[in-house]
Amino acid sequence: MISVWDYVISFLVGGIICFLGQILVIRTKITTARILVLFLVIGMVLEVFNVYAPFKEFAKAGASVPIIGFGASLARGAILATKEYGIIGIFTGGLTATAGGISMAIFASFIFALIFSSKSKRGGH
Amino acid sequence: MQTIKMKNNTYLTEGYSIVGPLEGKGPLKDYFDYILKDDTLKEKTFEKAERKLLENIVAGAIDKSGLKTTDIQFFFGGDLLNQIVSSSYTARELEIPFIGLYSACATMAESIALAAIFVDNGLCENALAATCTHFSSAERQYRFPLELGNQRAPTTQWTITGGGASVVSKLKSNVKIVAVTFGKVLDFGIIDVNNMGAAMAPAACDTIREHLKNMGRTTSDYDFIATGDLGKLGCEILFDLLEQNEIVLGKNYQDCGCMMYNKKQRTFMGGSGAGCSASVFNGYILNKLKKGEFKRVLLVSTGALMSTTTNQQGDTIPAIAHAVEFEYVGNQISANNLKAAQNPAQNAKFSQNKSAKSKAKHNTRK
Amino acid sequence: MDKQKRNENYNIYVESKVPKTKAWPSLFKAFLTGGIICVIGQGFFDLYSYLFPNLAESEVTTCMLMSIIFLTCLLTGFGIYDVIGAWGGAGSVIPITGFSNSISSPAIEFKKEGIIYGICVKMFTIAGPVIVCGVVGSIICGIVGLFI
Repeated sequence: MISVWDYVISFLVGGIICFLGQILVIRTKITTARILVLFLVIGMVLEVFNVYAPFKEFAKAGASVPIIGFGASLARGAILATKEYGIIGIFTGGLTATAGGISMAIFASFIFALIFSSKSKRGGH
Repeated sequence: MQTIKMKNNTYLTEGYSIVGPLEGKGPLKDYFDYILKDDTLKEKTFEKAERKLLENIVAGAIDKSGLKTTDIQFFFGGDLLNQIVSSSYTARELEIPFIGLYSACATMAESIALAAIFVDNGLCENALAATCTHFSSAERQYRFPLELGNQRAPTTQWTITGGGASVVSKLKSNVKIVAVTFGKVLDFGIIDVNNMGAAMAPAACDTIREHLKNMGRTTSDYDFIATGDLGKLGCEILFDLLEQNEIVLGKNYQDCGCMMYNKKQRTFMGGSGAGCSASVFNGYILNKLKKGEFKRVLLVSTGALMSTTTNQQGDTIPAIAHAVEFEYVGNQISANNLKAAQNPAQNAKFSQNKSAKSKAKHNTRK
Repeated sequence: MDKQKRNENYNIYVESKVPKTKAWPSLFKAFLTGGIICVIGQGFFDLYSYLFPNLAESEVTTCMLMSIIFLTCLLTGFGIYDVIGAWGGAGSVIPITGFSNSISSPAIEFKKEGIIYGICVKMFTIAGPVIVCGVVGSIICGIVGLFI
């Protein structure tokens, strides 16, 4: 069952998160790596305080597509695995939960790096 | 004294410039000797392309001056890549004694200045000064991968693809090198690598002031004063800084970086890189000098001397500027240059461009 | 001391000279880009929920993320993603696509240094901090989880 509301709210929430990020970019000249880390940590904090789950229920892809969702699954994976397997879960939980995304990013990058080369740029945008 | 005046007659015989496709669409496109259609020059990597570019530039300059490679006694050059590899590898092909230089984007003025001093003191007859940069190789060394989707800060400049070479010689020509000024390294505490214009402006200001003072001239004595690659913001700052020193820059002042691109090309503050002042000088300024449209020109190349490592460690950006003064001395054609002058194809600008292009093509094939 | 003061004054002066980016257009572009990427994500989510009704929601989310990561790598390879990035700013960085782009772009860029020393070594020059902070953070979260 596809509801239009899911799309509207995904668009709005995802857009607003990026809007906030752009404010940071303009104000502080923050670099790509720092933005990613910052929002990742925000996601983790939200998960630890149990705010992320209701947020995702509300915002759908607007919450899971931004890197906040990635941070949250890392945190959630670690917490759940700790509950289930004890101390070993602390170390296995996070990456297990996000293995799909990371593996795909590495695999696809590797394959495409073999195929493509970087292109010359024709001016800024 | 920072300024060294040429005691004997030292001439700038010929200059040759090649630029990339993007620069070839800019306002100066008619002045460059050759415009690349493909900035990879059919090489596998951008570093190899930059090397090939410099090789072509050097070959073009030697060809255009009517000399042979063996007539050149010293090759002064440098570029922006680590360990100035492009220049060194070019020198490997040339088999001319090589003096490798690095003052970042100020390398062109530095190499012309040193070549002029060598020639003036009779240490050699002919010397070659050359430098070039490539946007893509500089980008991957100094900034981010080309395909990374990031936004550039509004104060960034665009490293140009291109470069130029000058032949400095005892042979009479109508452009004379009058004096050179080596700059001091100045650091006004700018940390932002995306704002090199601001880091370099104080160095440019200092060098211009010293040069004017030592030569006993004012800015109005020059038909054209060009800074290397300060960019729009750097220019504005330079105006203010010189004003504090009671030096007024007039309409005869322009920045090579600002001249390189038009507004539509979205290169933010303008062009930068060692090749910027090299190509604009050997393309546009030398062209005007040779025709006598400019009688006296001051070229002030500016360079920011940081590295990615010092930048990440939070160091400020030191900068340097070197100045070279040129003069138009009328039509003095010596026997050695007669051959070149008799060739009518070299006189008409259009056909000159054409012949240079065919030469460059020839070089590319080599 | 004198120099320090001069530098401070110069920095203040330069700051006043720096042209300000027009904030609203770039904020709007970031909003639009980020929003559209999330909508595409939602589209994949609904598609996979429809195709594989047996999967749990978290598994569908993983599939959806993997799909847009794959697409981003492809767009990076074709030299399209950097255009989107230059237009959309943070809108293209904060979604998981930005993470994916920051892995694939150095991989493609440094391939010329060889497969091992180029692609494999340089792959994480930009995204490395994300993985490191992510792993360290998740371990801290796990420790916290022990006490909840």
